[in-house]
Amino acid sequence: MKKTYKIDVDCANCANKMEQAAKNTAGVKDAVVNFMTLKMNVEFEDGHDAKSVMKEVLKNCKKVEDDCEIFI
Amino acid sequence: MNKKQKKMLARILIAAALLIGFNFLPFTGYVRFIFYLIPYLIIGYDILIKAFKGIKNRQPFDESLLMAIATIGAIAIALTGDGDYTEAIAVMLFYQIGEWFQSYAVGKSRRNISDLMDIRPDYANIEVNGKLEQVDPDEVEIGSVIVVQPGEKVPIDGIVTEGSSTLNTSALTGESLPRDAEEGDEVISGCINMTGVLKIKTTKEFGESTVSKILDLVENASSRKSRSEEFITRFARIYTPAVVYSAIALAILPPLVRMLGMGLPAEWGTWIYRALTFLVISCPCALVISIPLSFFAGIGGASNAGVLVKGSNYLETLSQTKYVVFDKTGTLTQGVFEVNEVHHNQMDREQLLEYAALAESASSHPISKSLQRAYGKEIDRSRVTDIRELSGNGVTAKVDGVEVAAGNSKLMDKLGVKWIDCHQAGTIIHMAVDGKYAGHIVISDIEKPHAKEAIRALRSAGVEKTVMLTGDSRKVAEHVAADLGIDEVHAELLPADKVDKVEELLEKKPQKGKLAFVGDGINDAPVLSRADIGIAMGAMGSDAAIEAADIVLMDDDPLKIAKAIRISRKCLRIVYENIWFAIGIKLICLVLGAVGIANMWLAIFADVGVMIIAVLNAIRALFVKKL
Repeated sequence: MKKTYKIDVDCANCANKMEQAAKNTAGVKDAVVNFMTLKMNVEFEDGHDAKSVMKEVLKNCKKVEDDCEIFI
Repeated sequence: MNKKQKKMLARILIAAALLIGFNFLPFTGYVRFIFYLIPYLIIGYDILIKAFKGIKNRQPFDESLLMAIATIGAIAIALTGDGDYTEAIAVMLFYQIGEWFQSYAVGKSRRNISDLMDIRPDYANIEVNGKLEQVDPDEVEIGSVIVVQPGEKVPIDGIVTEGSSTLNTSALTGESLPRDAEEGDEVISGCINMTGVLKIKTTKEFGESTVSKILDLVENASSRKSRSEEFITRFARIYTPAVVYSAIALAILPPLVRMLGMGLPAEWGTWIYRALTFLVISCPCALVISIPLSFFAGIGGASNAGVLVKGSNYLETLSQTKYVVFDKTGTLTQGVFEVNEVHHNQMDREQLLEYAALAESASSHPISKSLQRAYGKEIDRSRVTDIRELSGNGVTAKVDGVEVAAGNSKLMDKLGVKWIDCHQAGTIIHMAVDGKYAGHIVISDIEKPHAKEAIRALRSAGVEKTVMLTGDSRKVAEHVAADLGIDEVHAELLPADKVDKVEELLEKKPQKGKLAFVGDGINDAPVLSRADIGIAMGAMGSDAAIEAADIVLMDDDPLKIAKAIRISRKCLRIVYENIWFAIGIKLICLVLGAVGIANMWLAIFADVGVMIIAVLNAIRALFVKKL
């Protein structure tokens, strides 16, 4: 399953860090952060609930870049 | 400017004003330190907080932390030394100015590019009880009748049921010539209605309409990252830690060596200062921002010219194109048959065409249609009797009581009529009237008006080889190829043979060059996906083509292929300029910093200045009009 989320982040490098953080979250198969359109495409692994995974993703992103937001 | 940017601008201005004002203060020592702390905290408090959080979250190589260390370090040196705090605060100030500018520039270009692609209709008009009501296009069901007034965008694909008008398709195709639309015509969403009121019966939902598809495609395009972007991401991941460790080494090793090995004074202050300049240069932001921004601008500029690129990676591949393989029908030619010549006719040209059109009047074959079009008058079926179709040969019929035969040479042989062969390529219709040979009509698919120019433009854009694949006969194919100046032709191919031929060419092409296949998206999806890069033409409204291709040309003009290549070349040139420029300046500044020639000011330039220049350079990719 794939979903797209709107995000808010200030710098391109931070966007890359968010992408890494999202990729390393359990339940996420792949994630791409597009800094130019401020969007995050997340592909979930089967059997995971998108909502709860995204909460973890947000938590992990906050860890690497405090000043970011994902509109879940 | 958004709220965040306004607040930042205010902080920058206040801090700058204080910094200048404090220069005239007579205080020294700790009082001076406390005064200077005010602008420092105003401009840098968020950086300090972020740096602290970074340590807490174990993300030490955060640029905030680097800035915090660098500026606090500079303040410490000033406190113990000459009391010149200006440098530390200025470093923070310039860093924030850079961040502010980046945020402003990126926001601005984001808006610019989305304005360029602003084809999203906001509403649809529906007539309710004789009055027009504006509704969300998403809510309009298939088969509803919508009203489009002059100056409005067509919101949903459909068929005109009432009215006639001219449509401006430039937002979709980049083509400035308006298109006529009248009753019964299909219109696609995203066009602007210019002159008359149109009533349109929708044939698709909004989400499935051309305009939604295009927007979706372009918006997601920059998510497919190119190799250069991946390189930069990897580079940034190594670069920052590497510079930080070198900074630590630079702060500790030389003083120790001086002290222990050479018996000289350690000069800790000098070396720590040099290490701090290192930290300021260590931010990879210029690179990380400018590369995706260049691609984004390139894709935006291309879509404005009617070239949809589905991903940054495709733009990159397109720029390396050396071989271009064409499908013939519908790509280089119009796919519409037309009567070209009439040869060896004993009677009037008009008369012969009249006989041919009438004899073929029962058929709906493209060839018969072209004869009927060439005749140009209403066909009176009552004049034709005894129509007999001889499959694979032609037709015989009685027109006004006269025996007429129209068909290929086999038909003539069968009828025992002596025929004259034609030297021209194309489909030949031999005519026999009243049992006697009456000449032949040459029918051929006509080349697109810009086809010849397009091949020439490709060559001047650096394409080494052009190849044409077609299912048509060898004679026709060779004729078209020679006329257009195409290097290689393969004729009489079945659709599956085209894939084989493309594979063969992929083997033969030079290692670094890429092969592009251009088709009209009908029947050639497998070839489009097999080539390094698939380009579909005239895709307006054709879902299959948009789906299968990597690059979609919105109109039929083959000239756009060369333009697309030039756009991609320009974009990639900017990308490489930025990569070399940013890495180059940073490395030079690192070396100068290490030997003590560069001070903090130069370091700030290496960080912020380079980024600003790289961002401005990236924006250039947006301008593709003159390419």
